[in-house]
Amino acid sequence: MKFVDEYRDEAASHQMLDAIRRTVTRPWTLMEICGGQTHTLVKFGIDQLLPPEITLVHGPGCPVCVTPLELIDRAVAIARRPDVIFTSFGDMLRVPGSDTDLLSVKANGGDVRIVYSPLDAVRLAEQNPDREVVFFAVGFETTAPANAMAVYQAHAKGVRNFSILSSHVLVPPAMEAILSAPGNQVQGFLAAGHVCAVMGYWEYEPLARKYRIPIVVTGFEPLDLLHGILMTVEMLEEGRHGVENQYARAVQRPGNLPAQEILKQVFQVTDRQWRGIGGIPQSGLGLRGEFALHDAEARFGVATLTAAEDARCLSGQIMRGLCKPEECPLFGCECTPEHPVGAPMVSSEGACAAYYHYRRA
Amino acid sequence: MGSLLETMRETPVGEFASEAAVAAAAAIEVPAEIPATEAPNPALGACPLPMDDYPTVVMAHGGGGRMSKLLTEQLFFPALGNPLLAAFHDGSVLEIGGARLAVSTDSFVISPAFFPGGDIGSLAVHGTVNDLAMCGARPLALSAGFILEEGFPMADLWRAATSMRAAADAAGVQIVTGDTKVVDRGKGDGIYINTTGIGIVPAGVEIAPTRARPGDVVLLSGSIATHGIAILSVREGLEFDTELRSDSAALNGMVSTLVDRLGRSVHVLRDPTRGGVASALNEIASSAGVGISLDEARIPVLEEVRGACEILGLDPLYVANEGKLIAIVSREVADEALAILRAHPLGTEAAIVGEVVEDHPGRVFLRSRIGGRRVVEMLSGEQLPRIC
Amino acid sequence: MCLGVPGKVTRIDENPLGMTMGRVNFAGISKDVCLAYVPGVQVGDYVVVHVGFAISRVDEAEARRTFDYLATMNELGELDIPQPGDPHAEAVR
Repeated sequence: MKFVDEYRDEAASHQMLDAIRRTVTRPWTLMEICGGQTHTLVKFGIDQLLPPEITLVHGPGCPVCVTPLELIDRAVAIARRPDVIFTSFGDMLRVPGSDTDLLSVKANGGDVRIVYSPLDAVRLAEQNPDREVVFFAVGFETTAPANAMAVYQAHAKGVRNFSILSSHVLVPPAMEAILSAPGNQVQGFLAAGHVCAVMGYWEYEPLARKYRIPIVVTGFEPLDLLHGILMTVEMLEEGRHGVENQYARAVQRPGNLPAQEILKQVFQVTDRQWRGIGGIPQSGLGLRGEFALHDAEARFGVATLTAAEDARCLSGQIMRGLCKPEECPLFGCECTPEHPVGAPMVSSEGACAAYYHYRRA
Repeated sequence: MGSLLETMRETPVGEFASEAAVAAAAAIEVPAEIPATEAPNPALGACPLPMDDYPTVVMAHGGGGRMSKLLTEQLFFPALGNPLLAAFHDGSVLEIGGARLAVSTDSFVISPAFFPGGDIGSLAVHGTVNDLAMCGARPLALSAGFILEEGFPMADLWRAATSMRAAADAAGVQIVTGDTKVVDRGKGDGIYINTTGIGIVPAGVEIAPTRARPGDVVLLSGSIATHGIAILSVREGLEFDTELRSDSAALNGMVSTLVDRLGRSVHVLRDPTRGGVASALNEIASSAGVGISLDEARIPVLEEVRGACEILGLDPLYVANEGKLIAIVSREVADEALAILRAHPLGTEAAIVGEVVEDHPGRVFLRSRIGGRRVVEMLSGEQLPRIC
Repeated sequence: MCLGVPGKVTRIDENPLGMTMGRVNFAGISKDVCLAYVPGVQVGDYVVVHVGFAISRVDEAEARRTFDYLATMNELGELDIPQPGDPHAEAVR
């Protein structure tokens, strides 16, 4: 596959690894905030190939993991309704809510369906005018334009039986929350390449200046990650800070302007709860007033449903890099992928699930 | 048992049954009684499966992964238990009158019933023929049970049935008995088929997951994940345009040649259906108490299958196959095994993909394309498409 | 986040609601993809597709940069890494 296979080349990857080894002279802690990048690191075994001086922390880059507990409960409440076709990406189906998950709702008769694209959900709404179609709109800035377009189109076409349950989160506020937290150990960031393809990377420049850290926009294939790590380490070793772009084949500094335009029209920035971390101001997206008709929370009256997290789950500290999954007393015994206590153990990109596989390696 | 063999003896050797198969069946002396299994244990009491976890059956219990295994081990074994069942192989081999009779059963619930490259009928024949072949048996005969939903079109039923006949002919077996039930509209998915098959395991053949030994070589008969992806391409919500067709096929011919030429050097055969290659290898590693090491770069995958897996976020190692086998053979015959597979029309893309090792017993590890290492876990439930 | 896969645009369909759609080919399989976010895209271009939307065009010149960088590293002789086909390759790994 073009633009994929060449970035999985073994010889080139080892060249990068050797360059990293030659460059690094002392320990550094880097964080990636992207479930897709976590996935590549685990899948290709990159963590084990890196020199021991480099510690890679898996940050809150998994939108599945950071979707607040009460939002799962609201999703479950809506999905249970007989008049609803509840559509979602596959990632969300196994995430535990307060007492159950969407897959179990399906097992018990709920009409829960996996879709590939939010436009498929709009189509379902058009084909089923007597049912309510709800789409679980989860994601970072990468997915937000797709979700926005679905709402925009539904609105323009008068598809009144389509609504979204919005769980959008923004990366820069999360990075700031991590960097400003006491005890922060993260010294450099790999920024999520596809988030930046949409939003550009100019938003990271003030962060890099304020906290004097390197941030490298990085792609998703093994060679991209190794190259991004190399660039970050080079900056650290040379005492430089700022933003650099490893993923230049897909990312430009301003980002994708047409996508940003639709985002502005459909969404507004809101405060948002991050599961395990708590509230981060101005870190989420909610539908603008004109599109209120398509807001499932209001439509189905579930906005007041609240939930209490299992206090034992350390996902917040883990996602901020303050503690390792294996340091959690529940890890591997009470909390496993089969019966997870918190979200990072469910999603294959979650830090705990990733560690679960490593630890047994 | 007796009546089946009588039926088979009476069936003229014609275009449908191989002479050798019927002769083999005729040569068996059936004992007056088949030894009974142990009487059920009255102390068993309530179901041992942790009910608080799963008070009801969920889809993952049929996924072919860890939860399927759990259901079998923790509910069915204790309820039905006997040593033969506990061997946990796709088929069971019964010693009867000095011969070894293999028995296997499989149910087919696939939707849609007709898909690129096959249909539920041919799949039902191939699936059980293959399960028998994976025991090292020469398949002889199948039964076919149909559960039909009221309203299922007769034309589709005819299509499925004639497809079964064609598949059986090609595999050299006959469907000799069957049953039909009809359920109310809404109580079935159009058509469900169960096939049960019997076959004879020739002398000098010992194929079981427990025979895998450190030093053995792991082969795949061809590219993986094609069936599962072909099905997804027509599944609502995920459909995409492709020329891909299911690889559904009967493997008994290929297995015969392998086993005739290599005899006891063939240790394990498994067709990686639901749960994919990853689940099958995990089961084998676990049964035999050995480790298995895979080399990702050597695992054949069609380009289009890769493309589909990439956009859906699926790992081909966990996607179903219906016309491929895993063969674990002793090291000395590895090259010959590869040559035999490649010489067969269904095995042209066969490859050596790994080996059995002493390390990490019960676990499967993979060397990634770039030389890193990762564990290949048993799937928990079904693999779901992802965006992240 | 997240799964964005590069594919080749094989068809473009203008749409009355201004949401340009198209067909993108990924190693032989094709999917309908929304091209509204890559205006000016041509048939034959590569785009990164995420949940049925092209979110970026792939810049082929930039794509080569990583490999130019590796080649430079080689030229400077800073690295003594055997390439595939090199008789010493097996020994080193």
